[in-house]
Amino acid sequence: MIFPMLHVFLALIASPLLLSVINRTKAFFGGRTGAPILQPYLDIAKLLRKGTVYSRTTTWIFRAAPSVELASVMAALAVTPLGAIPALLPFQGDLVFLAYSLGLMRFFTVSAALDTGSAFCGMGASREVQFSALAEVALLVGLAAAACLFRVFSLTDICRQAWAAGPVSWEGGGTLLLVAASFLVVLLAENSRIPVDDPNTHLELTMIHEVMILDHGGPDLAFIEYAAALKFWILGSLLVSLALPLRFADPLPDLAAGLIGLFFLAVTVGVIESVMARLKLVRVPQLLVVAGVLSFLALFDVMR
Amino acid sequence: MTAMMLSLLFFGAGALAAALPGRFRRFPAGPLAAVLGSAAGLFSGLACLLSGDAWDFTAAWRLPLGYVHVGEDALSALFVALISLVGLLAAVYGHGYLGRDKGDGKKATSFCWFNILMASMLLVCLARDGFLFLVAWEIMALSSFFLVVFDHEKPGVLRAGWIYLVATHLGTALLLVMFLLLGRGGDLDFSRLGASGATASVVFLAALVGFGTKAGFAPFHVWLPEAHPAAPSHVSALMSGVMIKTGIYGLLRALSFLGAPEPWWGWVLVGIGVASGVYGVLFALAQHDLKRLLAYHSVENIGIIALGLGLGVLGSATGHPVVAALGFCGGLLHVVNHGIFKSLLFMGAGSALHATGTREMDRMGGLMKHMPVTGAAFLVGAAAICALPPLNGFVSEFLVYAAAFTCLSARASVWSGLAVIAGLALIGGLAAACFTKAFGVVFLGEPRTKLTACESPRSMTWPMAALALLCLAIGLSAPFMAGLVMPAAKLLAPGAAFASPVAIAEMTAGVSLAAALLAGLVLLFALLRKRLLRGRTVRSSLTWDCGYAAPSARMQYTASSYAMPVVGMFRLLLGTRVHADPPEGLFPKGASLESHTEDLMMRRIYGPVAGVLSGLADRFRLLQQGRTHLYILYIVLAILFLFLWNLAG
Repeated sequence: MIFPMLHVFLALIASPLLLSVINRTKAFFGGRTGAPILQPYLDIAKLLRKGTVYSRTTTWIFRAAPSVELASVMAALAVTPLGAIPALLPFQGDLVFLAYSLGLMRFFTVSAALDTGSAFCGMGASREVQFSALAEVALLVGLAAAACLFRVFSLTDICRQAWAAGPVSWEGGGTLLLVAASFLVVLLAENSRIPVDDPNTHLELTMIHEVMILDHGGPDLAFIEYAAALKFWILGSLLVSLALPLRFADPLPDLAAGLIGLFFLAVTVGVIESVMARLKLVRVPQLLVVAGVLSFLALFDVMR
Repeated sequence: MTAMMLSLLFFGAGALAAALPGRFRRFPAGPLAAVLGSAAGLFSGLACLLSGDAWDFTAAWRLPLGYVHVGEDALSALFVALISLVGLLAAVYGHGYLGRDKGDGKKATSFCWFNILMASMLLVCLARDGFLFLVAWEIMALSSFFLVVFDHEKPGVLRAGWIYLVATHLGTALLLVMFLLLGRGGDLDFSRLGASGATASVVFLAALVGFGTKAGFAPFHVWLPEAHPAAPSHVSALMSGVMIKTGIYGLLRALSFLGAPEPWWGWVLVGIGVASGVYGVLFALAQHDLKRLLAYHSVENIGIIALGLGLGVLGSATGHPVVAALGFCGGLLHVVNHGIFKSLLFMGAGSALHATGTREMDRMGGLMKHMPVTGAAFLVGAAAICALPPLNGFVSEFLVYAAAFTCLSARASVWSGLAVIAGLALIGGLAAACFTKAFGVVFLGEPRTKLTACESPRSMTWPMAALALLCLAIGLSAPFMAGLVMPAAKLLAPGAAFASPVAIAEMTAGVSLAAALLAGLVLLFALLRKRLLRGRTVRSSLTWDCGYAAPSARMQYTASSYAMPVVGMFRLLLGTRVHADPPEGLFPKGASLESHTEDLMMRRIYGPVAGVLSGLADRFRLLQQGRTHLYILYIVLAILFLFLWNLAG
């Protein structure tokens, strides 16, 4: 019980750090020094201390949405394992709960965006629901492939079994690699990273996630930024658990291995963002369909 | 049993009282009787479900072709409870909904049919004799037809009614075939019905199409998106929420006559489920009419129910008791849940329609500020239908998912499991797109046309609030609800091929714990936010539009533009027709854009077939020209022919 709690605690503390690692990696590739490593924390702290401005068009939906988003991503964190470290609240079928509580988060982000009555927010919302519908298929079919491989269907059991084999005799390695490749795309899409979305640009027309949260400010925006960091941690944990089986049979090194895996993932995302441009919007569905196909192939690989 | 009889009595009395002429019509006897009857029915259903006491009753007098044999077991009780619950709230809502601008006479007539519909739906679930069942089924079809054509003077309503009438009778024709095959000796009592071998498969197919037409399985769904928008909203709530579920009830009852199922029945159900689900949600997304959108979502949700039942059938056919238990429980619970949130959504749509006078989403907007209760209730319904935790839709979809994941982890019926998971994932994502559109465009943002909307009266808002609370309560009490539908599920999986409920209990306990955690966290962060903002400056201003200071409501994303990317992605299936008149020249005079998505099945299959049939029928017009002396000639010729035939024989 202590290690699941430790994992949740670490996620709550260290998730903004991953975004900072991504930014530092990008700065390194760009030949810049980059923002201080604690910048995401400073941003959140600054926002938490501010007042806020609400559009006269908005209703209580807009005010409630950030709280619901943070709550749903934290509920999803409760069922997320990290490698061999079990989740805080594991049960058979918790993978469905994870996917659908992230769905609740999206539902409120999108509703709040539509609540502003702005054409920009509506545009972002429209794109978000299109892409996430495709990403959800890739995510759930990928999880189904893993469930079929290990003959269990709770995230904790799946990830524990993925790490149980160890790096040498890696049974089902092909399946897991396919699932991992699919999940990497899902992770990039769901967390609004390049090549799906550009978290940095300030030209609203090119964005998906950033444009939806244009109107939020103060503590609301802090909730949203923090929730986004936690969401990266959650999907990252799944990816690391399936792609890097580094079993040490002892919880403490396991946890350390998981954390290093997440750090490595953040660097990878930074590298991807540095060497790629954002895809044309009409290409994004194709990328997500490819992710779905990879998930299906993983399942066919199990059944072969 | 007494409660049930009392309930039927109330409905009968209500129908009679509402049909009384003249000055009696001012007293709302119809709604009152409907409420009392539903309350008695709800009591009877819940008592049977909770205590497990089934009853059976055969009257001493008999009908021409069978006995008056009724009974209530767990399966009937589940549907009786659901029908009564939704009927009760729909009656209260309808009293307010029709009470405003329709005359007393028209309202009373409508409630006369409402009571008859309620009684016939209950009788469909209680009948234990094929003949009685068909009579109740037919009364149900006719009374709901009269309810649909309530606004018959409006354009398109009668056409919708006719489509419904034709569809439901085509379905009934197959049910006649089914009962003839089942009752081999001409005896239609349910306890003696049965079939085996190839006959069983034919009976299954007849039941699938016959009952599926009522339930709205694609491709037999075409009447739904026509009839549901045309009906008054409380009737749409009743029809979409519970009446189409009698089709599911009938299918399940038919399965119970057939003994051990074949695996391919499960595959067919899963296939129909995926097809209905994806078809329903895609066409819903392309609609501009709020009630038509909701009607297509009924097709989608019936698909999800079919997925659950299909896995249940598959599980009991291939000897996987856990899959069977999860599948049947998930399917049955989704029947209940869909009844609750769909009637809630139709009531919300009715309130919006009442306030704005239009069903076009692109003309609405910003209703939340004027109608806070309706808006909040619609939000709950929208989130529930997208299966979002901690609401009720999640619980039933979770059970269906769990059945599919059990298939995969047991490596049994893997392809069906995969079809269910991929189908549900796609349906879920698209449903979220569809309901953020419906809720966001109708209730949020700025009004797109000038609004005089105000909140509906309490008789309309309270039923919605009650349904919204039920959505939350069921979402938080997954183990209890799974236990409630379990006896009915046990009836469906014959023999001992049923799991110990431990696995289900563990899963549902996890679900409700996680849902409670989620709900608690929402409260916690809402309070934290309030605490943080205390004493700080909170200003109001314009929406940030990249520095543009005079945004207008017409700049907002509309329902059509919001759905455009997804509709474009599936344009080959949807076949949306767009008539664009783009602005031209330096000083464009005007421009317009119209898009229209007609049902694929209607356009490609039923429309052409109906055209051929009516072309054939035209040929016979030669015989029927409205001249009386010709008809007399036909009669004489016919009598002459019969004489000659008799002589020859």
